[in-house]
Amino acid sequence: MIVARREAWTGRALLVLLMAATVVPFVSLFVTALHPSGTYPSGISWPAHPQWHNFTDAFRSAHMGELLGSSALIVLGVVPVSALIGTMAGFAFGHLRMPGHRAGFLVFVLGLTLPFEGIITPLYYQVRDLGLLNTRWAIILPLIGLFMPFSVLWMRAHFVNMPEDVSEAARLDGANTWQLFWRIHVPLAMPAISSLAILLFLWTWNQFLLAIVLVDDPAKRTMAGALGAFQGQWGTDIPLLCAGSLLILAPTLIVFLIFQRRFVNALLQGSIKG
Amino acid sequence: MVRPVTATPTEAAGTPIPPTGSLTKGRRARRARRPAGAWSGWLFAAPAVVVYALFVLRPILLTVQYSLYDWDGIGPSKWVGADNSRRLFTDSTLFDSILNAFKLILFFSVIPVLLGLLVASTIRGIAQSRLALVARTVLFLPQVIPLVAAGITWTWLYSSTGFVNQALSWIGLKSVTRAWLGDFSTALPAVGVIGTWVLVGLCTLLLLAGMSKIDPALYEVARLDGAGAIREFVSVTLPGLRQEIGVCVTVTVISALASFDIIYISTQGGPGNKTMVPGLEIYYLAFSERRVGVASALAVALMLLVLVVVLPIQWLTREDDR
Repeated sequence: MIVARREAWTGRALLVLLMAATVVPFVSLFVTALHPSGTYPSGISWPAHPQWHNFTDAFRSAHMGELLGSSALIVLGVVPVSALIGTMAGFAFGHLRMPGHRAGFLVFVLGLTLPFEGIITPLYYQVRDLGLLNTRWAIILPLIGLFMPFSVLWMRAHFVNMPEDVSEAARLDGANTWQLFWRIHVPLAMPAISSLAILLFLWTWNQFLLAIVLVDDPAKRTMAGALGAFQGQWGTDIPLLCAGSLLILAPTLIVFLIFQRRFVNALLQGSIKG
Repeated sequence: MVRPVTATPTEAAGTPIPPTGSLTKGRRARRARRPAGAWSGWLFAAPAVVVYALFVLRPILLTVQYSLYDWDGIGPSKWVGADNSRRLFTDSTLFDSILNAFKLILFFSVIPVLLGLLVASTIRGIAQSRLALVARTVLFLPQVIPLVAAGITWTWLYSSTGFVNQALSWIGLKSVTRAWLGDFSTALPAVGVIGTWVLVGLCTLLLLAGMSKIDPALYEVARLDGAGAIREFVSVTLPGLRQEIGVCVTVTVISALASFDIIYISTQGGPGNKTMVPGLEIYYLAFSERRVGVASALAVALMLLVLVVVLPIQWLTREDDR
């Protein structure tokens, strides 16, 4: 009993320590953002006169409104389409199991470990030849392709566990495959699809490499890509940079805190499957 | 990939047998219908196959092709065969970038997994407490923010007036304070620690989730047999977590070998080439120095390296449930 209690306390202490280590960088970011712009604050110290207007200044100089709109457009272009065609392919590979489905699925699985840097060079020339360089399509189209391995794998794992009876019953009622998919399987798959959508949202919003290579204009990039440009522009003004970084983090943090439980579960399962 | 995927017994019974008709008629109808009906699954897969082929498979093949040519991205290209690939071994900048990626595995993979195991097994007893629930949220924060933001935050923490040096002065270690990312001997470990920070929470939570699936009776038995904490860890926890450890190692090793965002933001590969990694080198070679061939050779090497490192981990840690 005493041993168990001592273990519980070491456990708590360790956990608190780990949480503190996780949070310190955020605290540093926040406190620094309140210092007068252009100064070099030392470490973590509360400023004599917190400069709350740094946030509005950063919002304006980073064109944050425009950026939010741009990122939202990119997310809207990527997530619904990826989720839809990923679900359709997952349904085909997991439930319809047409001839050659194993080989086809394997080809998708191989793409799971692909580092984006590996194909960024030809992707640049390909997007240029399509005349899409410096447009949001330059990020949207490749990302849909790059998200396919995970989306297909994720949705297949769901459909593989669906009992065959569900389809048999619908087929006896005269439903064709298309109706079967939309009326029966998509509604049943909604939890899996929404978790997938959350992950895709996160990965799109945070996508950096494609944004800096394929789009020159920060205003047409994802939030993460724009943050890179913001650092280049304001890198010497630490408080302003910190304020800007916090603003750019804020949307994902807010979405995370709202959908917290689903998010954590999706990410945990996501890495197990991926 | 790791998910147990058991083939259901219904797999063979794909097409329904027509309800009426004699046996021969039914069989003929089935044979006639099967190709059309069975292959229609590909129509559902078609959109995914098309975008995947166009934006992933085609670029992979093109990367291999580019790697065989000397090309500046604009003018005519010249066939050089394996020269670009050979350069990966003779050019120390290229070779060192690959070495650095492997050194990062220590920080991105080994430390987070070991630390995750330590923390997860210590807090196993309190996994359901309110503190642990709060921890689930807090430890996930680094996973949610863009890596770019992590890079910016840590660059500031590491700067000469940043928090790291401040904390060191507090505990009387003022003598070791320095600009961590600018120092030749500390830049790579410093960048590595950013990766540790990002990944340790994910590993802890994955391992903790795995531990909750281990039968508590096993721990009881171990205790009754007089096993200490270490013995218990080695003979109960570790075997039970094989799959989760495999997942952690796979995910973190990929993020080490393919690291880009953090290093682009914090050091740009410097000082010198001390923190140069393949991902960043590919970016510089292809888009600043316009040496597309060499960049592509490095890209091919990177893609192969990831596969070569990850596939054995998968085989070693997969549960034998197929």
